[in-house]
Amino acid sequence: MKQILEILENDARATPERISTMTGIPLAEVKKVISEAEKNHTIVKYKAMINWHRAGDEQVWAVIEVRIQPQRNVGFDAIAERIYRFPEVRSAYLVSGTYDLAVFVAGRTMQDVASFVSQRLAPIEGVQGTTTHFLLKRYKEDGEIMEAKEENKRLPLTM
Amino acid sequence: MKNRIAGRLERVPPSGIRKYFDLIISMEGVISLGVGEPDFATPWHITEAAIHTLEQGYTMYTSNSGMLELRQELARYLKNSFGLDYNPNTELLITNGVSEGLDLAMRAILDPGDEVIMSDPAYVAYPASVMLADCVPVQVPTDCRNDFKLSAPDVEARITGRTKAILIGYPANPTGATMTMAELAQIADVARRRNLLVISDEIYSLLVYDTPPACFACLPGMQERTILLGGFSKAYAMTGWRIGYAAGSPEIIAAMTKIHQYTALSSPIMGQMAAIEALRSGEPEARRMIEEYDRRRRVILKGMNDIGLDCFEPRGAFYVFPSIRSTGLSSEDFAERLLMEEKVAVVHGTAFGPSGEGHIRCCYATSMENIEEALARMARFVQRHRA
Repeated sequence: MKQILEILENDARATPERISTMTGIPLAEVKKVISEAEKNHTIVKYKAMINWHRAGDEQVWAVIEVRIQPQRNVGFDAIAERIYRFPEVRSAYLVSGTYDLAVFVAGRTMQDVASFVSQRLAPIEGVQGTTTHFLLKRYKEDGEIMEAKEENKRLPLTM
Repeated sequence: MKNRIAGRLERVPPSGIRKYFDLIISMEGVISLGVGEPDFATPWHITEAAIHTLEQGYTMYTSNSGMLELRQELARYLKNSFGLDYNPNTELLITNGVSEGLDLAMRAILDPGDEVIMSDPAYVAYPASVMLADCVPVQVPTDCRNDFKLSAPDVEARITGRTKAILIGYPANPTGATMTMAELAQIADVARRRNLLVISDEIYSLLVYDTPPACFACLPGMQERTILLGGFSKAYAMTGWRIGYAAGSPEIIAAMTKIHQYTALSSPIMGQMAAIEALRSGEPEARRMIEEYDRRRRVILKGMNDIGLDCFEPRGAFYVFPSIRSTGLSSEDFAERLLMEEKVAVVHGTAFGPSGEGHIRCCYATSMENIEEALARMARFVQRHRA
């Protein structure tokens, strides 16, 4: 199961046939594992990772530190949900340390992001404060180095 | 002035692998399955450790034998992996890759005219290293019917009064063949009865799939008559660092060290530092790369068989060695026309000896995309040329 998921995580286009060849796991079993993982949301989604900077269509991103007041019985989860349900929020994590939520927000302009923070996020009851860091450059995301693939440094024929 | 170049060099052919090098360099869009090294860069923690030691000013010669710290790590590795005891002070030598180790071994044990028995096909440097020592390589044909394993009776049949050693290299370049401990034990039996030395090139020993690593020196009575050659290039993706080692009896290691001290002095210190890091914490990254090679191996093996290039299952290294006989082409014609017509570079089997005829070497240390594209191009090619 883990092997199959790892291959898909690295290349969502890998077909069951190819995965079966790569791992030696029978095709029927590969299909069954994938189908079950899709059903129970172990595989959340298949999608492409886009370098929007290269596509010439850049968005403004910010990492927002959010301090919140935990609530009886639900802790941080209820307020977190109110925040992460906004489509502007691309990722949200509960973290330890000097703040509680790390929220990644995307918008078309800095003004968009600033308005979202001041008009939507900060006023939520229980949000005690925010600190906004605009993202300047993406070096690596989700294990992938964002800039052009490294050139081949090998000689074409060797012993 | 006549005879500027030594006669023995005239007898050593240039490596057949280099034949198409210039042509490939000048072509656009070639997919090369002709390489003999990993496509991964050295794991970053190893490179970073080496950078750190450079920053600390470690830029000098080391002991001729190599850094004691590295030899101690190596001794620990050989003990933990294979149960072998080697004294790091007297029985281990750090070399500039297995390539230098091979040359040192030959020059340390051979007198002009001695013979060394080896397989055919074989890694290109095997016969060359013997000839450079003014000696005679004696090649034993192997073929795909026997998964390119060296047969003990065939070896024994070629022993003469001048035979000094048997040279083995499993997992094998170019075939990807492996030999089990039971099969190697038969070679060991010949070596013991006929009092021969054995040089065992185990550079690919960690790159094995569905079969345990086999170490020749582990066989009963073999440690004292074996020169074990190993290195970091393949399993740790460290080809350019040029670090290998030789393990053997104090007498032979002393002889090899004598040549090494006059000809190489020591191996590069930055490479040795990197090798220490590889031995201490390189295992998880090496494991990850081996798992990836295994997946590619399965894809290329199935692909070759599907397109009609029959291929025995190689369980080691990163090569497949399919038969191209169904096309009716010679291996050299196949390689040349495949390059010209479909821009896929492979190495003709005869680059590794006459028994390589009818085969090509394809290296699968390249991305899955390249493997699939190369297979698609080769399928078209085979379709056109099927006899």
